[in-house]
Amino acid sequence: MKENSSLITVRHLSKTYHMGDVEVHALRGVSLEIARGEFAAIMGASGSGKSTFMNIVGCLDVPSKGEYLLDGVDIGKLDRDQLAGIRNEKIGFVFQGFNLLSRTSALENVELPMFYKNVSNAYRRDHAMEALKIVGLEDRWHHLPNQLSGGQQQRVAIARALVNDPSIILADEPTGNLDSRTSVEVMDIFQQLNEKGITVVLVTHEPDIAEYTKRNIIFKDGKIRKDTHVERSANAAQKLKDLPALLDDEEEDAA
Amino acid sequence: MNIRNILKVALRSLGRNKMRSFLTMLGIIIGVGAVIAMMAIGQGAQYNIEQQIATLGTNVLLIFPGSSNQGGVRGGMGSMTSLTADDLEAIKTQCPSVNVAAPVIRTGGQVVFGEQNWGTSIMGSNPEYFIIRSWPLALGQSFTEADVRGATKVCVLGQTVADNLFKGGNAVGSVIRIKKMPFRVVGVLSPKGQSAQGSDQDDIVIAPYTTVQKKLMGVTFLGTIMLSAVSDQAMTDAQAQITELLRVRHRIQPWEDADFTVRSQTEIASAAEATTQVLTILLASIASISLLVGGIGIMNIMLVSVTERTREIGIRMSIGARGRDILLQFLVEAVVLSMAGGLIGVLLGIGSSLLISNLAGWPTLVSTTSIGLAFLFSAAVGIFFGFYPARKAAQLNPIDALRYE
Repeated sequence: MKENSSLITVRHLSKTYHMGDVEVHALRGVSLEIARGEFAAIMGASGSGKSTFMNIVGCLDVPSKGEYLLDGVDIGKLDRDQLAGIRNEKIGFVFQGFNLLSRTSALENVELPMFYKNVSNAYRRDHAMEALKIVGLEDRWHHLPNQLSGGQQQRVAIARALVNDPSIILADEPTGNLDSRTSVEVMDIFQQLNEKGITVVLVTHEPDIAEYTKRNIIFKDGKIRKDTHVERSANAAQKLKDLPALLDDEEEDAA
Repeated sequence: MNIRNILKVALRSLGRNKMRSFLTMLGIIIGVGAVIAMMAIGQGAQYNIEQQIATLGTNVLLIFPGSSNQGGVRGGMGSMTSLTADDLEAIKTQCPSVNVAAPVIRTGGQVVFGEQNWGTSIMGSNPEYFIIRSWPLALGQSFTEADVRGATKVCVLGQTVADNLFKGGNAVGSVIRIKKMPFRVVGVLSPKGQSAQGSDQDDIVIAPYTTVQKKLMGVTFLGTIMLSAVSDQAMTDAQAQITELLRVRHRIQPWEDADFTVRSQTEIASAAEATTQVLTILLASIASISLLVGGIGIMNIMLVSVTERTREIGIRMSIGARGRDILLQFLVEAVVLSMAGGLIGVLLGIGSSLLISNLAGWPTLVSTTSIGLAFLFSAAVGIFFGFYPARKAAQLNPIDALRYE
């Protein structure tokens, strides 16, 4: 793994929305590099432009001005279908609201990204099962989202993000809908994934969540205000051991 | 996404809203069912007429008197009294291409035997009539040429009349009363069934035309003259000979319209066939309007479905679904709906055609063409009306779709 090669390069990125006659400048010239294997948190108050930045990095949106290179590919030159292909192969999304398909089993939710790729049914099933194993939910593969707790749903979503071996996992407020213990559990998974070399970028407004990452990028008014390296990241696994033990069925009820 | 997986997803999402899917299909079911049933009725009628044309005899000609014109009021074809018994004799003797000729004069009236009575149509003709119509007698015999000359009060009964007056008893030799006048029954005709126009041809009493003219109606003209040419090839010659003869006899100047019309039986029947063809097209097009309405129903429910599943579309797009994946997913759903509806509709159409022919006694004919056509049309309706909602789904912006509540 090339530790120092840049995975994400953005230069002078700006995004302007037109809401009626009013122009909203969500991003005002953001330049940033994120290297392979990094674990970064993007922070900021609401309206700071962090979500817009994430949408552009996630190829869900295109910038009004500026340049974005993902893995050496100039995203600005791609059309809708090519962007969909990038999202499918290079990016794994984790959302605040989990965004699992309802009335669809955990396994099928994880399989979903592979439906838009040419793979055999057997490969798809095996691969999805492996991803579920990574997040520790292999024995719940047949459960529907409404039969899983919030933390478990988010783990299914992480498995779905992982399944196509993406270059980067983008998580938008992944702990926003979870209680503090489950949040730590989810951060534990992200830390484990990062240790395996997967690049993770997450958006959060909670400083204690950002502590688990290695780099904090703070947005304000559409610009980067502060970009700091975290000297000593908190260890989620350690934190979990320190927390009072929770009975399994209580966790179930939390759903 | 391969087509098998798309189909699986479509079936599953339709299965989640079973009632809604069924109601949406109902529009197509009724539409396709109606098209097939209507076409079965139309084509059944058409087939019936074709069958009759085949049995009519191709060498039969009919002479109709022209329309009357009294003070500008035109009475329509056959209302004129221009044909006479002398015309009939002249045709018989002077037209070499004519084989036999029979006059036809019709009236109606009550026929009575004992305590039974029956309202029927009464026809006057001559013995040749039974030859031209190739209509044999079941019992007794026909009245004779002598009966015609003498205007004797004898008659031949159609099967329906015989059944109603004699209730299975022997009619031949009995005396019935037609318009209070006694007539001796000399024969009973074999059953002939329905005419091309659907009337019962056996509901008739046939007597010598002279008797009908003098005793029953008090007139001297003839209704129509029916004749057969010596051969199929002689039809045109016969038609020309008759036209020329009658124009001379009726003293019609070359610039005037004739007061009669000569038509072949097959001409009349094919006119009837053309009418039923128009009827078939008309019925089918009315029925296909319901198919169109069914299609609009599909479009409506697909639009609702796209709105309901905006978030799902957003999720699918965020993990890499392209526009055409989404388009195909919704299009396949619409086509599955319409084709399943079409299939059930075909069964419904066949079932109701059978029911119609059993209950109403109408002849129906379900052709494979009409089944194929209706089924293809239903699939086309699915594609046509499913495309707009599917395209709407495919063009959604992933971010907006993901944020949709």
